[in-house]
This record gives sequence, structure tokens and C-alpha cells, in this order.
Amino acid sequence: MKKFNLAVIASLLVLAVSPSLYSLAAYATDKETINTPATLRDHTPIMTQKEPNQIPKVVNKDIKQGRNYPMQPPVIPHTIRGYEVNTMNNKCMSCHSRHRTEKSQAPMVSVTHYMDRDGNFLADVSPRRYFCNQCHVTQVDAEPLVENTFTDMNSLMKKKTIKTESH
Amino acid sequence: MKKLFLIGWRTLTKPSGYYSLGALVIGGFIAGIIFWGGFNTALEVTNTEEFCISCHEMENNVYEELKPTIHFTNRSGVRATCPDCHVPHKWTDKIARKMQASKEVWGTIFGTINTREKFLVHRKRLAQNEWTRLKANDSLECRNCHNFDYMDFTEQSERAAYQHSTALASGEKTCIDCHKGIAHHLPNMEGVEGW
Repeated sequence: MKKFNLAVIASLLVLAVSPSLYSLAAYATDKETINTPATLRDHTPIMTQKEPNQIPKVVNKDIKQGRNYPMQPPVIPHTIRGYEVNTMNNKCMSCHSRHRTEKSQAPMVSVTHYMDRDGNFLADVSPRRYFCNQCHVTQVDAEPLVENTFTDMNSLMKKKTIKTESH
Repeated sequence: MKKLFLIGWRTLTKPSGYYSLGALVIGGFIAGIIFWGGFNTALEVTNTEEFCISCHEMENNVYEELKPTIHFTNRSGVRATCPDCHVPHKWTDKIARKMQASKEVWGTIFGTINTREKFLVHRKRLAQNEWTRLKANDSLECRNCHNFDYMDFTEQSERAAYQHSTALASGEKTCIDCHKGIAHHLPNMEGVEGW
């Protein structure tokens, strides 16, 4: 009888302690995740070499894309590998500048690019707008890392008019 | 001096009094092979990438610039080395180009472009030499690999296909007209057609 009691007590003890042990272990793994570097390395420990992701291809379809947020500089719909934009040359402008668009049929650089910051017109592209890639970028053929919930003003206004009409 | 020259001249003009005709003919033939073979081998040695970049002017400027371009490394692993674009393949053209290249030997000896700064000063002139050459021979060195007849326009981007099927097909433009700076950095392009 006494032996049986002891057995019951022991098993109860084990049952009582095990969750806390389990949680301790879980806590340890959590801590491990927290203490590993996050951001670009996807929780890869500092001493391990992460298998690099595949580099996606640049979209080269020459089809204009919509804007992803208000006032977004238009994105470049073609590859720009080896295009030189430096103090001597600007390859982009060999198609997109005012005097080249007739020949190239490329979109013309907007008039604002020819203005200094006081709104005075210049003969050539303003130095502060010279480096195209500061604002205009190519797109890659990849899943977006973050979902974009931007709705442009047009669609917002449309929704509003529909709502007011239905009331 | 004059006496020595005269002795030499008499030996050359007089018939051989000692060697048989056969020995002379066979000896001449063998010597010819050795000379011609040696000449061509030496010519081929100067037609290699190692030879080109054995001069620091080439290794530190143009070769470094070539490295990130598609002609150096690409998906199919075909590489165009210096002579592929800068030396004609046909023998007569090659010899003509090699004779012109003697000017480059002069340049190396007297250090015309032995610093980066000097190189940049001369860059436009040097680039124009190549552009004129390629324009004159209808981009022959490009066409050694890129044959217009073998181009698949469906595989090209729309813009490329359009330009190739019109301007290039009609012969109005040649490769170098649009593809300047494909393998090296550009000089200041001010005043160059199409810029």
C-alpha cells in the first residue's frame, strides 16, 4: 500500500514538473531566435554562411508600369546593364533627352528636370536631376517582400461617389 | 665598309662554286619553313590576351573595364578576348593591323599612356581610332561571332528586334554605331553622333 502511494506521488510529481520543464526548453529556443541576427540574414547564425537567394532577372518588357505610391518616379521598364551615367556621359539621355526622343521614340524627360530648384529653366538637365538612378530604377521579376496597399486618388474618389450615390 | 659590301654583293651574284644546287634548294626550303613558321608563331603570340595585358597600360585600364561586361563573363561561358575584337582574322588584314600596331610599340616605349591620367587624356582619340576602323570594315570583328543572318528576333527584346530588323538590316547602321562602349568605358561623348 505504502509502495503504491509512493509510485502515485512520484508520477504526479513528474506530471506537475514536466510542463514547466517543457516551457523552459521552449523559452530557451525563443531566446536563441531572439539572440540571432535578424534582418537580411533570415536568422542565420553569425558563423554560418547563408545560402544566397537566386538573383531575379530585370524586367525588360518595355511596357510602362503604374505607380506604386503617389509621386513615384516612373520605373525603368528595360535593362540598364552597362549604362554609363557619370561626369562625362549619360547613356539614358542618349535616348530620353529632348533632342533624341524623335529618333528613339522613348519617353521624354519631364520639364521639371530642366529646372533649378528656384523654378528657373536651364538649357540642359539640371545637375540635381542628372543622376537618373537616384530616382528611377529597374524592376525585377520577383515576389514583392511587402504587400502594397496603396490606393490611388482616382480609385478613392470613385469609391466615394459610388457610396454617396447609393445613399 | 664599301669593300665589305662589295664582297657580299659579289658572293650573292656569282653562281655557287662549292655547294650543290640540290643542297641549296633543299636548304633554302627548310630555312623557309623555319622562318615562316617562326614568323607566324611569333605573330600568334602577339595575338593573345596574355600578351596584350603584359603591358600595364592595357591591364590596368581597358582590361579592368572589360571584366564586368558581358563579353568577359556570361551565361554561356563564351569569352571574347582582346584580339577577338581588335585584330582582324583574315591574314592580309591582320598584317595591315599589325603594321599599324608598331605605333603602339612606340607608345609603350615612350610612355604615351603610362598613367591613368595620361590614358584618360588620350582616351577619346584612341576610342575614335577603333570606331573608325569598325565603321570602315562594317563591324567585321563583331560579325566574326555575331552573324546577322543567325539572329532570332523573337528572342530579342522588342526594341532590339526593331532596331536590328530596320537600321541594321538595311545596312544604314553598323554594330558600332549603337554599341559603343560595349566592352570598355566611354570617353567624353560630346559631339559624337547619336549622343
